[in-house]
Amino acid sequence: MVSIDVWNASVEFPIFDAKTRSLKKAVLGKAGGKISSDAKVPVIEALQDINISLRHGDRVGLVGHNGAGKSTLLRLLSGIYEPTRGNSRVVGKVAPVFDLGVGMDPEISGHENIIIRGLFLGMTRAQMEKRVDDIADFTELGNYLNMPLRTYSTGMRVRLALGVVTSIDPEILLLDEGIGAVDAAFLERARDRLNDLVRRSGLLVFASHSDEFLMELCNSAIWMDQGRMKMQGGLREVLTAYKGHDPFQNVPQHVLDRLAAVGGSA
Amino acid sequence: MDHWQASANPPVPSLTVQSPSTVEQPDQAPPVPSRSFARARQDLTQGWRNRQLWAHLGWQDIKQQYRRSVIGPLWITISMAVTATALGILYSGLMGQPLERQLPYVAVGFIVWNFIGGCVNEGANVFIANEGLIKHLPAPISVHVYRLVWRQTLLFLHNLVVYVAVLLIFPPWNYGGHISFSMLLAVPALLLLMVNGLAVSTFVGIVSTRFRDIPPITGSVVQMLFFMTPVAWIYDSQLLHNSPRVKYAELNPFLHYVEMIRQPMLGQPIVWRHWYVVLVATVVLTGLAAIFLRNYRARVSYWV
Repeated sequence: MVSIDVWNASVEFPIFDAKTRSLKKAVLGKAGGKISSDAKVPVIEALQDINISLRHGDRVGLVGHNGAGKSTLLRLLSGIYEPTRGNSRVVGKVAPVFDLGVGMDPEISGHENIIIRGLFLGMTRAQMEKRVDDIADFTELGNYLNMPLRTYSTGMRVRLALGVVTSIDPEILLLDEGIGAVDAAFLERARDRLNDLVRRSGLLVFASHSDEFLMELCNSAIWMDQGRMKMQGGLREVLTAYKGHDPFQNVPQHVLDRLAAVGGSA
Repeated sequence: MDHWQASANPPVPSLTVQSPSTVEQPDQAPPVPSRSFARARQDLTQGWRNRQLWAHLGWQDIKQQYRRSVIGPLWITISMAVTATALGILYSGLMGQPLERQLPYVAVGFIVWNFIGGCVNEGANVFIANEGLIKHLPAPISVHVYRLVWRQTLLFLHNLVVYVAVLLIFPPWNYGGHISFSMLLAVPALLLLMVNGLAVSTFVGIVSTRFRDIPPITGSVVQMLFFMTPVAWIYDSQLLHNSPRVKYAELNPFLHYVEMIRQPMLGQPIVWRHWYVVLVATVVLTGLAAIFLRNYRARVSYWV
């Protein structure tokens, strides 16, 4: 049973500037017996008083302005950051999709990158070998898969990364926005795969500014504001409060139909 | 999610009529606090379970370095052969030793030193260099340490070709050694070196992630230790025998690490003193690494 529990968690980043981030202050500061008032490292309080409990089947959207703490919260939920205060517990295999480029090596072939990226996302080599053909079909990269990644265009890299990411079987899927940057026709196909991926995963947390994506993938939401959880509840409720109007009101009928179909088949 | 379809009725389908996703918060506190030896051990065991990943990456690192070169990683072996030959000839002249003794001594010493120095030097950057991975993918930090030691081990194995060649050209019985089963002690000696490699790169890695002045310091310290440790020079040779400073050489723990594995590799009689010193040093070093892993494991992703 996958679950994420966070109790009263805070995430605070110490900011070491060039001077404090050295032994000089730590050593000389003590030796001299004089510690200046600014000797203490400044701290950015990125997240405060976070209480979350998620279980299998939850599909949570994260909304909030830039810098509200959405990405940091995703990293907290993935276990990358352990809270500086409070506690957290993550049970299940986490597949974070924050940055499509991470773990991709420009000097090795697309095929090798598929394997490595898969290993990074918690798959085994054998599992990834089985998926290579499927990924090749989806990305339409053909023989390019045998070429080094540095010969790829930006769009081709995104295709490859999306192909790999959407081929895995995650228990906990954490998606950060900014997975666009591909042509519209491809995005349509990526959308299908993304929906499949979300359906396969046991638990989804998705940070996005796109109402449409949120409505498609999520059923509840958390509104982050200045590092705190401002609101938590049903997606419509939270989006309405966040946007100041009901986003579902202006959605065209055919989109609603599709959303309903997606939800129904899940 | 059947309710989605059920509720998808005009006029405005309410797709979100359902309870918030969060179930009741369990009351109990989490079982294991973040700063504990249990979590540190968990980091190590989970990292070990990821060995398919770091084994692959370790290989990749080596192949990467020689990509597009025709003979590839064979260059590792060739450059080691060239260095060992040059140092062997130089020091046999300097020390007044016969080449058949000095060259195997230097060759093995240098191969071993490459491993030790590599673990310390690259250990200083083990987390800094993997900043992107640490910040984007939740993985035990030990994965990066295993990858480093594995890469160094692979380099060591490449260099063993030079060792075998040297042994064939200058067989051990020319300089007071002989082929025997005690040469197999090189295997546990290498394992001990690997354990120490894990410990030292964990420790140095964590400290240098916090204090960025450490990597350049380790660089010069390792360079200095290379000259202070009898890697190329023979510390109990006739030439140095009367020098009063030689007796201080044994205070250098690196001497014992090098001798522990060099003696069996060259078929020399085993001096157990080196093993005892290394065992004690290993306990101290792994203890230190364990304490740092316990206290600062969770801080690494904040510091990188």
